[in-house]
Amino acid sequence: MTLLTRTEGAHAPATTRPRRGPALSSVPVLVFMALVAGYMLLPVYWLLIAATKSQSDLVTTAGLLPADWHLGENLTALFSQQDGIYLRWLGNSLAYAGAGAAVGTLLAAMAGYALAVYQFKGREAIFSVILGGVLVPATALALPLFLLFAEVDATNTFWSVFLPSVVSPFGVYLSRIFAAASIPDEVIEAARIDGAGEWTIFRTIALRLMSPALVTVFLFQFVVIWNNFLLPLIMLQDDRLYPVTLGLFTWQSQTSRAPELQTLTLVGALVSVVPIVITFLLLQRYWRAGLAAGAVKS
Amino acid sequence: MKTTRTPVAAAPRRHRTLAPFAFLAPFLIPFVLFTLVPVGYAFWQSLHKTERRGGTFGRAETVFAGFQQYADVMAEPFFVDSLIRVALFGLVQIPVMLALALTLALLLDSAVARLKRFFRLVYFVPYGIPGVVAALMWAFLYDPQLSPVVDLLRSAQVDVDLLGPDAILWSIGNVVTWTYTGYNMLIMYAALQAVPADLGEAARVDGAGAWTIALRIKVPVIRPALVLTGVFSLIGTFQLFTEPQVFRAISTSVTSTYTPNLAAYSLAAGDHYSEAAALSVLLAVATFALSFLFLRFTARRQG
Repeated sequence: MTLLTRTEGAHAPATTRPRRGPALSSVPVLVFMALVAGYMLLPVYWLLIAATKSQSDLVTTAGLLPADWHLGENLTALFSQQDGIYLRWLGNSLAYAGAGAAVGTLLAAMAGYALAVYQFKGREAIFSVILGGVLVPATALALPLFLLFAEVDATNTFWSVFLPSVVSPFGVYLSRIFAAASIPDEVIEAARIDGAGEWTIFRTIALRLMSPALVTVFLFQFVVIWNNFLLPLIMLQDDRLYPVTLGLFTWQSQTSRAPELQTLTLVGALVSVVPIVITFLLLQRYWRAGLAAGAVKS
Repeated sequence: MKTTRTPVAAAPRRHRTLAPFAFLAPFLIPFVLFTLVPVGYAFWQSLHKTERRGGTFGRAETVFAGFQQYADVMAEPFFVDSLIRVALFGLVQIPVMLALALTLALLLDSAVARLKRFFRLVYFVPYGIPGVVAALMWAFLYDPQLSPVVDLLRSAQVDVDLLGPDAILWSIGNVVTWTYTGYNMLIMYAALQAVPADLGEAARVDGAGAWTIALRIKVPVIRPALVLTGVFSLIGTFQLFTEPQVFRAISTSVTSTYTPNLAAYSLAAGDHYSEAAALSVLLAVATFALSFLFLRFTARRQG
């Protein structure tokens, strides 16, 4: 398991670093990078502009230029549509992703801790099976999960989307690396001599030492669940259980019959993206840490 | 967790051998229930089919049918069509996306520090946007009535229907490239951070140019990261679902069996559970085999 001993890349590198190699920041390079930045921002910019327009201006005015300011009206319409179902969708997404990632991170931390700290028979076998789970894409599991939940009449429930979401083999993998790197054996031994139980050691020492890494695990899983589309699409019929992605999708697929839903879909998309993009940018260094650890894998 | 809480003097040895399993169980139970069991159940289901005995109103019975569902699914014209479609998609989209990501990662690794942070942030923004929302935004940008992009192309005398049957696959490819370039770039960039600075320094002293250093020294060192992004992209391509599903609502060019995963979904929606299960199993096996072959192939080339 040499791959688990290489952990220096798993921590966010210091912000100041000596420049490596000759600078490539000549004018053509900057122009190229700016063009790519424009490509990345174009749809977001367009969405920002479109969300401020009325339905009629949306079709008749130039897409990249603002028209009359209608954002307030659009937001009011968004939150009052179908008795405020949009707010419910946002709440559902938050429950699926927030609670799901929190529970999932705790389970992954415990499992990763056990795999890193204890020597026991079958340890590597268990770890291999869990790593195999990393390679099973969520979309491949959605249909079998539906068939299984249908067997016990549990489709179209909150739990049918929530429970499968708490399983994160990748989180266990990251937790094992982080636990091995951040918890010295001597600390655990010392705590045992002091008479601390195994659970107390985990709760009071290990969790604290692993906490920066666990933020990474939490973030990864939060975004994975927030973005999940196929599983809720297959499982849920009751639109009061929808996450926001599925809700927006159903609005968009009805626009040919009800064109006014076009504006609502756009404003709804904007509102759903704002919180996640902000969190994302604020916590960027945790992402890099997780991705660096992921890149060590192969 | 009760067993581990009893005083350590009682039976420390035994408790310590039980402790790892107590820590593992809360993860392993849902892992088995919601990952391993569904895979097994899908396989079991794919070998059985529902038959009605005694006419239309007879009782439905589940009977063992062996690999008949697999043969049925593979005989459908959509099976080969959708596979060829995602293969073509992967052959073009994955190299374009990874080349762009690698170029950006190398440029970021050598550019001046001030702009570096800004660009890195901007390139990563699309990954934070859910696939459904990304597809929705681009769907509007492709719409002939709404799109500033189409307007721009028209003013340049290019008349192309981005949602038509010829262009739609590449319109989808653009959405995927837009969403995941920054993610792949960040994996590569993170790996570049681990390249020892003196490696490039030594080559520079020897008179190597910036591009030579990038291609001859940095790229070989971050090979594992490149292989990883390749495997993830391959898996993603064969599982393609969200983008075509969103585009189905606005374009007739995307059929209900456009990609293998879309076909499996449509089969399940039409109550053909056994065929859907068979197709899911085939798809999972194919994805796994391809990732494995890709890993073997790249490992061998390394020597």
